[in-house]
Amino acid sequence: MTLAPRHFSVVIVGGGHSAAQAAIALRQRKFEGTVAIIGEETELPYERPPLSKDYLAGRKPFERLLIRPATFWHEREIAMLTGQRVVSVDPDAKIVRTHDGTAISYDDLIWAAGGHARALTGVAPGLAGIHTVRTRADIDRMMGELLSVTHVAVIGGGYIGLETAAVLAKLGKRITLIEAQERLLARVGGAALSHFYESEHRAHGVDIRLNETVAEVQAVAGKVSGLRLGSGEVIPAEMIVVGIGIIPAIEPLLAAGARGGNGVEVDGNGQTSLPHVYAAGDCALHTNRYAGGRLIRLESVQNANDMATAIARAIMGDPEPYNAIPWFWSNQYDLKLQTIGLSVDHDEEIVRGDPADRSFSIIYRKEGRVIALDCINATRDYVQGKLLVAAEAKLPREMLENSAVPLKQILEHAA
Amino acid sequence: MAPRVLVSDELSETAVQIFRDRGVEVDFQPKLGKDKDKLAEIIGKYDGLAIRSATKATEKIIEATDGLSLMEVIRDDGVDELLALCGGCCSCATCHVYIDQDQDARLPPMSEDESDLLDSSSHREDSSRLSCQITIDDRLDGLRVTIAPED
Repeated sequence: MTLAPRHFSVVIVGGGHSAAQAAIALRQRKFEGTVAIIGEETELPYERPPLSKDYLAGRKPFERLLIRPATFWHEREIAMLTGQRVVSVDPDAKIVRTHDGTAISYDDLIWAAGGHARALTGVAPGLAGIHTVRTRADIDRMMGELLSVTHVAVIGGGYIGLETAAVLAKLGKRITLIEAQERLLARVGGAALSHFYESEHRAHGVDIRLNETVAEVQAVAGKVSGLRLGSGEVIPAEMIVVGIGIIPAIEPLLAAGARGGNGVEVDGNGQTSLPHVYAAGDCALHTNRYAGGRLIRLESVQNANDMATAIARAIMGDPEPYNAIPWFWSNQYDLKLQTIGLSVDHDEEIVRGDPADRSFSIIYRKEGRVIALDCINATRDYVQGKLLVAAEAKLPREMLENSAVPLKQILEHAA
Repeated sequence: MAPRVLVSDELSETAVQIFRDRGVEVDFQPKLGKDKDKLAEIIGKYDGLAIRSATKATEKIIEATDGLSLMEVIRDDGVDELLALCGGCCSCATCHVYIDQDQDARLPPMSEDESDLLDSSSHREDSSRLSCQITIDDRLDGLRVTIAPED
């Protein structure tokens, strides 16, 4: 005997901002069908950015990270199937199957499963003391061990590694941070940004090793004890935090024939190459105008949220293709970094203000046009810089450098 | 997670070390106890307050310990129009609300960052605030708030 699978009009796979927003946006637009969110984690959808910031620092309890309280999902009649990992998708029968064999059918599927933290290769399985920063469970495990830890090795000098290092340094841990490239934040920003954050972290006692690799993780009695670096040096570490990016969680979609690779390809409405299958957030490869029209993945709250909204609109028959300006933030120590646009393609960077004041901006240009800004403790530049990025403004360098004149005024003056 | 305790009176280093040894993060500000307003302003960020006799744990201080923001209260009340994408760290403007100006005196003053972020909204009005920047306390009972349109 075969039981008919449970059916929902829209099945959303994921547990973060994108999954939550897809459901919220559908109900906001008076979607009358049934909706379910299938999440691998046991928690209701929650904000991930605070994991490496306020949550790790103990400044916010988990309940304050929930995107909406449990009553909200109940009242909106959004079924929460938590602790369920989707392992296969049958796009012809429109059925997903979870790890325990449960079959769930859909009219439309929204894949917002994000990614899994990339693990360090060559490490014995089950070794204690190795951590990643992606889920609440990751951080709870880390916090549970912190008391007995003096030395921490952080692998990866991107935002996750640096934010984690900042919190742990404040907690009094002795940190060594290992980055394979010649500077920090090399994948997301220019040299001025890298050098500023390097000096800030060094001033807080973080021992930064650039152009350095991990040759071997050393262990005693099944527990991490240190690292041997590529240079041969051995550093002590009772805890290792690995912040080297994510692997998009899209295997079931690719196995079902969806086009993709490092992410699943979607069009402006978030539709994959499979009928009635959409994808949003960290795992979605999309054509982004702010990356010169290339296919990219963006790991950010803005992208997760705005793509999910675009998909909800498409499903409701009121499409408005995704075309939002990317924005990000990162909090380290007392530094608030706000980014507008994507700087990856820049051929020139202009420092506006004096980094020594710990309040300044970096303006990125490509062929003379402003494409992005990194603003450190400079919210006004961030807000007004958005206008410059939207306008792809061509403005004289000496005007952009003059922090005494607001960016908005420079733009208006030039118009 | 490590709880955070504010020490607002003179306390010996030995006593402070006892906290630290037990995994409690200590913020040692021995002069702060005499400044009631400053204490009320920051106490919401801590899980505990350690004092001797200079600090008075008045009703006002105790009320100020609940650090929930207006944004969180609106969100947790099931209002779905409030996006609050950055989670309340004053990095976006998606928790924009209007608060009638006759109630203005009850609100904390607006920081430069908040004002700058509000400038990014095409719906800014004189009564605009970012709800993540308003900490809830009894003075705000009965506050009337309108959610601003999404940009």
